[in-house]
Amino acid sequence: MSFQDVIFYIFSGILIASALGVITVRNPVYSALLLVLAFITCAGLWLLLEAEFLAIVLVLVYVGAVMVLFLFVVMMLDINLDRLREGFWKWFPFGALIAVIMVGEMSMVLMGKYFGVEEMPTPAPHDVDYSNTRELGRLIYTEYVYAFELAAVLLLVAMVAAIALTLRHREDKKSPNPSKQIQVKKEDRLRIVAIPAEKNEQ
Amino acid sequence: MENIQRQFEQVFGTDWGSMLFLLTSNLVLIFAIVIPLLLCVAYLTFAERKIIAYMQIRVGPNRVTFFGIPWLRGWGQPIADAVKAIMKEIVIPSGANKSLFVLAPILTIMPALAAWAVIPFSPELVLADINAGLLYILAMTSMGIYGIIIAGWASNSKYAFLGAMRSAAQVVSYELAMGFALVCVLMMSQSLNIGDIVNGQQGNSFLNWYLIPLFPMFLVYLISGVAETNRAPFDVAEGESEIVAGFHVDYSGMAFTVFFLAEYSNMILVAALTSIMFLGGWLPPLDIAPFTLIPGFIWLLLKIAFILFFFLWFRATFPRYRYDQIMRLGWKVFIPITLVWIVLLGLIMQLPESIRNLPLLNIWF
Repeated sequence: MSFQDVIFYIFSGILIASALGVITVRNPVYSALLLVLAFITCAGLWLLLEAEFLAIVLVLVYVGAVMVLFLFVVMMLDINLDRLREGFWKWFPFGALIAVIMVGEMSMVLMGKYFGVEEMPTPAPHDVDYSNTRELGRLIYTEYVYAFELAAVLLLVAMVAAIALTLRHREDKKSPNPSKQIQVKKEDRLRIVAIPAEKNEQ
Repeated sequence: MENIQRQFEQVFGTDWGSMLFLLTSNLVLIFAIVIPLLLCVAYLTFAERKIIAYMQIRVGPNRVTFFGIPWLRGWGQPIADAVKAIMKEIVIPSGANKSLFVLAPILTIMPALAAWAVIPFSPELVLADINAGLLYILAMTSMGIYGIIIAGWASNSKYAFLGAMRSAAQVVSYELAMGFALVCVLMMSQSLNIGDIVNGQQGNSFLNWYLIPLFPMFLVYLISGVAETNRAPFDVAEGESEIVAGFHVDYSGMAFTVFFLAEYSNMILVAALTSIMFLGGWLPPLDIAPFTLIPGFIWLLLKIAFILFFFLWFRATFPRYRYDQIMRLGWKVFIPITLVWIVLLGLIMQLPESIRNLPLLNIWF
């Protein structure tokens, strides 16, 4: 067994253990943190495949941004575990069906030669100065530019929709307007009144 | 070095030997970076106290000295502080989540130190010369927030949780502006490798540094860097006047010190990145005799110290931002500026050759 194999098995062991942990631990915060661990070990596995850009972007996007907001929400919510568990047996057959389909699909991919699917050849190792990022960028912006832009527009629509759903203009809301605050002049706020001094009568 | 590698290969076999040699040599190099870095952190705290003291017409720490040498008065202060922190008891609140409470400071300092792996100190002096160095740094700095969120939650205290929430929202917002500013840098350098980014700024003088064509991006990056490290005037995550001390209110002793170390090593990291991306890294300001004689390593350190001085200067000068103003600055000012600058830069880079060869423009494009 070579050194890389050992690293691979360590990473995959941690990945499987943490992925199991995500769905079995009782505390939702632990569950989110284990998902972070799963992402990081998965990035490690991708690095072993020389997919450095994907590995780092997985950490940057999912660990650095998505999971932070996820954790944020999970921590803020007061989650009642008993209520979450209520419908378990009711939904169990449906969940089991989906699990069976997924296992079937995965086994079709993994045992490709029995189902007549050609196995992918091992990609040739590249030189040290081969930039995976540049290659990916070139493909995204030339060959797959329409698909890429479509995906970007989809994300934009989702973003605009989320804002449109939550944006409410309330009439009774009071909030400061910085530009008005800056433009305020002395005459607007201050009134100098001449009051005659009281005479000291003795 | 090669002799040692050969010995490793003889003992453990070719495959395992070379890998184990790589592992041990890298461990030694990691220590060679981390130990001076932690010393720098210690003396940065001293510099901060001294500089802010002089700005406020005080003297600052002037008691602890080494072996009673009078002109070293105050210089022993960081060492004394460290000893004090080590001796103190780490109190774990009874309502806290113990394992996460202990994990949080470790998670904060890990990315702050790990990001140093790709920082080049001179053309040859870099631990990991990887192609996607800039992305690696972005990934590492974005992970630093976990320690703060977990600390806030695990302390089981309202103040700590408020601090953690503020910090999370703030860091995620400023990361966008920071990332866009770096996109401008990599558009100029056409590379994600940090060594290549510095080499792209090589020329006759400091006019070639990305500071000049990307000056607004330099400002955006520096200010976002201050916000990312939760330093004054963006230190609402601590906000001692409103939420006591924010996310680390329940920490004591060494556990608190680790947060402290992480904050300062992040400051040094942001300063190092600013000097590498915008101030030409190890390059001298003028490519003539007296400047080129000084080694590149010293130039980088000088630039880092210069940027760090700004951090301390900001802290001594500006009052703390209100939270909604922080959000406004990040989302409504910085992100539009960076987006406009990216488009502008792209347009300039696509201009015909004859226009790009005009004087001034031909320095950068």
